[in-house]
Amino acid sequence: MVKNCMGRELPEQVGFYKVKPYMGPFAGKPGDQPVVSRRKPERSPQGGSKVKTLEEAIVASGLKDGMSISFHHCFREGDMVISQVLTAIRKLGIKNLSFNPSAVVNIKNPSIVDFVKDGTISRISASGIRGELGDAVLAGLMDEPVVLRPHGARPRAIEAGEVSIDVAFIGASAADEYGNATGQIGPNACGSLGYAFIDATSAGKVVIVTDNLVDFPLAPVSISQMYVDHVAVVEKIGDSDKIGAGAARMTKNPRDLLIAERSADLIAASRLFKEGFSFQTGAGAISIAATIYLSERMEERGIKASFALGGMTANIIDMFRKGQVRVLECSQSFDAVAARAIVEDPNILEIDNALYANPFTKGSLLSKLNFGVLAALEVDTDFNVNILTGSSGEMMGGLGGGPDVATDADISIVTLPVVRGRTPSIVKRVFTLCTPGDTIAAVVTEAGIALNPKHRYYAELKEDLEKTNLKLVSIEYLQQLAESMTGVPEPIETTDKVVCIVEYRDGTVIDVIHQIKK
Amino acid sequence: MAGKTALKRTSLYVSGSSPVNMSQAIFYNEDCLVYDLEDSVPIAEKDAARFLVYNTVRYHRPKDKYVLIRVNGIYSEFLDDDLEAAVRARPDAIRIPKVESAAEVERIAKRITEIEQEAGIEVGSTKLWCNIESYPGVLNAEAIAKADERVEALALGAEDFTASMKATRTKPGWEIFYARNAVLMACRSAGVEALDAVFSDINDMEGLRADTTLTKNLGFDGKTVVHPRQIDIVNSYFTPSKKEINYALRVLAAVEEGKKLNKGAITLDGSMIDKPMELRALTTLAQAEAAGIKIGGAE
Repeated sequence: MVKNCMGRELPEQVGFYKVKPYMGPFAGKPGDQPVVSRRKPERSPQGGSKVKTLEEAIVASGLKDGMSISFHHCFREGDMVISQVLTAIRKLGIKNLSFNPSAVVNIKNPSIVDFVKDGTISRISASGIRGELGDAVLAGLMDEPVVLRPHGARPRAIEAGEVSIDVAFIGASAADEYGNATGQIGPNACGSLGYAFIDATSAGKVVIVTDNLVDFPLAPVSISQMYVDHVAVVEKIGDSDKIGAGAARMTKNPRDLLIAERSADLIAASRLFKEGFSFQTGAGAISIAATIYLSERMEERGIKASFALGGMTANIIDMFRKGQVRVLECSQSFDAVAARAIVEDPNILEIDNALYANPFTKGSLLSKLNFGVLAALEVDTDFNVNILTGSSGEMMGGLGGGPDVATDADISIVTLPVVRGRTPSIVKRVFTLCTPGDTIAAVVTEAGIALNPKHRYYAELKEDLEKTNLKLVSIEYLQQLAESMTGVPEPIETTDKVVCIVEYRDGTVIDVIHQIKK
Repeated sequence: MAGKTALKRTSLYVSGSSPVNMSQAIFYNEDCLVYDLEDSVPIAEKDAARFLVYNTVRYHRPKDKYVLIRVNGIYSEFLDDDLEAAVRARPDAIRIPKVESAAEVERIAKRITEIEQEAGIEVGSTKLWCNIESYPGVLNAEAIAKADERVEALALGAEDFTASMKATRTKPGWEIFYARNAVLMACRSAGVEALDAVFSDINDMEGLRADTTLTKNLGFDGKTVVHPRQIDIVNSYFTPSKKEINYALRVLAAVEEGKKLNKGAITLDGSMIDKPMELRALTTLAQAEAAGIKIGGAE
């Protein structure tokens, strides 16, 4: 066993995985070797068509037992690509695959669990495995640990050769016969294909999966023909209602509104809130309300933002159309409004997820971000954040870009209520450590705002907030308040078996999750 | 009074049958928190709500709030048990719904005295807020306000009042204009506080602003709110602005200066300062101080 710098005990090897302990948010350095790609040069096929059935495309890709496959999660809960591809693979009798989607969406009938149980999948890496798969993994479904990486770490791991993709299956709402593809148009449009770019450029073979074959040449193009081997046409790639679901409505929960408004107040009080500032707010209930309050504060003060980053919602599109934000850097479109908007305006940019969050590039957009608003399941008195596991040890969320945003944004704000139901959210020690506390500037709750004395902007932020009537409290006060309301929950009991590796963005291990005892 | 604030700008009801709302209500900015045993509690849950509210107020009393318990109606079968529990829980005040006469107040005050004596609580420490929610209540408002030393405030309830009048409840509120003034005058006559009716549409913030402007201009001391989202807006109307505070400070400075120089007529910016202006300035500063605003010298 080894301990990382957060004091978490880690085995040195878990199955196939060799553990490198986390040593600090900026301790990990990129290696000297050139970036790795499985893409091989090929003679450009003269004219013709790359169109095949899904099974033909899988066979033509050369997929064999033990290889690795990848998917993006841009169709969210409406995704029908993953289940169709896995079903076709099962039919071909291919087994023991490594499954590397950008995130596991909660697909049912069949679920990913079925493909693990029948041996089609034997390894998984993703940013999150919420839903049935997550709970099954925590209960000990798999022999090999699931590797969870934040969004920025996935392209980094692929370029470092830590994740090797033999065949990438890229769902697209429109494609042409020669492989040009996009998510921006078509009946099942999902907007940005931000998570698929690294797969297209790095996989050994690339299969576009579409239900909307259009005349050559497609426009607009997200994934270029020069990366694409085959185009598989299926009847349906997704459920458009679910792809566009989650359309942002303002929450009516007064507690969430209070937290959201205080978050916007915090931003507005900071000296970094000035003409040309930048922000990322996300898509949770508190985040969406915070975006609306932020828009009000910007209007009151006559301040405009240079860019908004990450996953886009209808509220941010609204701000853009009111002229409050100059450019939207869109790695994902969270709802139907945001998905449509990307094709309508040249200043709404579809960006590669690596450009968004990969820490090891010559310039990620997060490095230019002023404010990031983040959700959390738990925060502890060292400001460490858990965004994966819930109060009974169930898989409740994914890492998303949380650790990336926290580290690189100037002011990272975690928003959460002090208690949820009968469970404290501010605790002495988070069950699963996902985002290191040193990277969190402030925790905003209904009972007050706790600033992190160890954050690099602490002195400035404290000075700025002390000029307002915002209630500043210590994180210990919030923890004690939560405990006074709920008592101390029974600890979650685990076995010695490691079922998930929680990687930090630099490829080191910040924590592991053990199998939960039933 | 155990509550630290002297302000009663906002009173938020929270249902005694909703533990989640009860635990959250302490985090909003309302001055007065009213744990409700009446309308928001289903008949089958009256006992459980009474038990929960008693334990909350007695053992987990929110800090920095004026705490009330609204009991069931004067003629309801639950009143005796409610009073027994509410007095022993030691809130700042008990809020009585649908009060229509001074005799009702006297009867309840007598019973509260008995409970205080039995429980070893200082007699008279449990205050009363009377909800005026019908035309007899409005007609008898002055007598109700003066019925007992315990009465600290009257609060107008517009929904039941308009029903008793066969009136239609509207957003501009002309149907309650007389009742508002009648209750206010009764309060001023008795020297107790006057609290205005709720604005029911929780999604209409502009309507709330318009209604609260009227509440403030008529002279009320505060307003009951139906949803936490209304609190900050209502509070803002009863919290003096920087401009008002500075003007009040200048008025008082001019009065002080005038006294020093033994002047008969004192003027500020060309206008005479009379006694009502001085009183208003003192009220403004008291409100500002109670709201936690740091008051500096006149600018």
